[in-house]
Amino acid sequence: MNKDDFEPKILGFACNWCTYAGADLAGVSRFQYPPNIRMIRVMCSGRVEPLFILKAFAIGADGVLVGGCHPGDCHYMKGNYKARRRIELTKRLLGQFGIEPERLRLEWISASEGKRFAEVVTDFTKEIKELGPCLLKSKTEG
Amino acid sequence: MAKKEKIKLAFYWAATCGGCDVATLDIEESILDVVNIADIVLWPVAMDFKYKDVEAMGPKSIDICLFNGAVRNSEHEEIAKMLREKSKVMVAFGSCACFGGIPGLANVANREQIFNVAYKETPSTVNPEFVIPMTECEVRGEKLTLPEFWDTVKTLDQTVDVDYYVPGCPPVVDRIKDAVGIIAKYAETGELPPKGTVVASDKSLCDECPRERAEERKLKWIYRPHEVKEVDPNKCLLDQGILCMGSATRGGCGARCPNVNMPCRGCMGPTAEIKDHGAAVLSMIASVLGLEGEESLSDKEIEELVSNIKDQLGTFYRFTLPSSLLKRVIIKANREK
Repeated sequence: MNKDDFEPKILGFACNWCTYAGADLAGVSRFQYPPNIRMIRVMCSGRVEPLFILKAFAIGADGVLVGGCHPGDCHYMKGNYKARRRIELTKRLLGQFGIEPERLRLEWISASEGKRFAEVVTDFTKEIKELGPCLLKSKTEG
Repeated sequence: MAKKEKIKLAFYWAATCGGCDVATLDIEESILDVVNIADIVLWPVAMDFKYKDVEAMGPKSIDICLFNGAVRNSEHEEIAKMLREKSKVMVAFGSCACFGGIPGLANVANREQIFNVAYKETPSTVNPEFVIPMTECEVRGEKLTLPEFWDTVKTLDQTVDVDYYVPGCPPVVDRIKDAVGIIAKYAETGELPPKGTVVASDKSLCDECPRERAEERKLKWIYRPHEVKEVDPNKCLLDQGILCMGSATRGGCGARCPNVNMPCRGCMGPTAEIKDHGAAVLSMIASVLGLEGEESLSDKEIEELVSNIKDQLGTFYRFTLPSSLLKRVIIKANREK
């Protein structure tokens, strides 16, 4: 497959209080971003279990974006700190599984940062396009 | 007791160390109960029966088959399928048959890489012509054959239908006795527990571990068991910074490792509610490691904390890699296979 033809599938986990509201703002403000991301709303970035991320890759995602509140702003006080440690550890595990750790990204995006949400998605989509399809997908299909 | 017709019992070992067969003998005089009620028709490690003897038997003529070991080559698969056809009840016996076990860690590599290390790169190997096992070769006009070695290790239930599971590396004596009890009850009454029963506790290991745990868990650092000078014999190992997988691991082993100051390595596999053992342990560790003063930790400090766990995949999936969600490591050269 030609690299330019490759349209990655990206799964986004967005926390209800910041990133999801940020995504909403991006939509209301009509900021353009690539349609490659599919969003799932979770109550907190700390709710995103490593299993969700592994499963996303297992069923064909090329990248996973986890969005949470900025440090100190978590609606549940400390969920995003937990997410930070989990994602860091999950990245290392992904590396050992032969999945590039860059395919998993954690970003802090607040409810007022619609612009930033669009930028992050644009940048992440570009990065995943350069990485190419996740090898796991071709493996499960074949 | 009225003399009843004895039931037929088969044991088999595939990719395994043989520890499960030895553990079967650890039940000591209970083994006499087994031979009292059962005729053994196949047990490669202890008795001289041939595959062709079993092949000659009719379908479902063996009552219970205790299969230990993971499925790693074509012979294992062939025998597993044959025994499934001949047996009424198939039991995955031991962690290798249940989850892949230690041989399942070979899923970090493929056949080519394994052969390279085993037959070429190890310092003690002298093999200039790089002779490796082949499925067929000719020696003085005779054709010799070997089973085909696979890239990926599979669990028993990924190969054939499995009725019961007896996890453990090896299964502890009490659980083997439970399994013998099931066999005895079947011989007596013909009754069996529901399909898919795991002969172990339904709760996690922590439930039966006698150590005291702290009210709130805060881990500042992860130590390997040998790095801790004095392990407190009464305090929870995790609270002492030793990575213990007990909270995500099925109980039923009687906490034999924590009782001797060794952390749980997860040989009993995940509890019934957990889909992926490694992911659950990872989640648990990430929740308690670096909890204290988490607000002030920089990204670099978190990296340091996390990198302190050596070999995440090998630690979290020590016994369960082939039965995990991702099953094996992706190897680029292996992509089209």
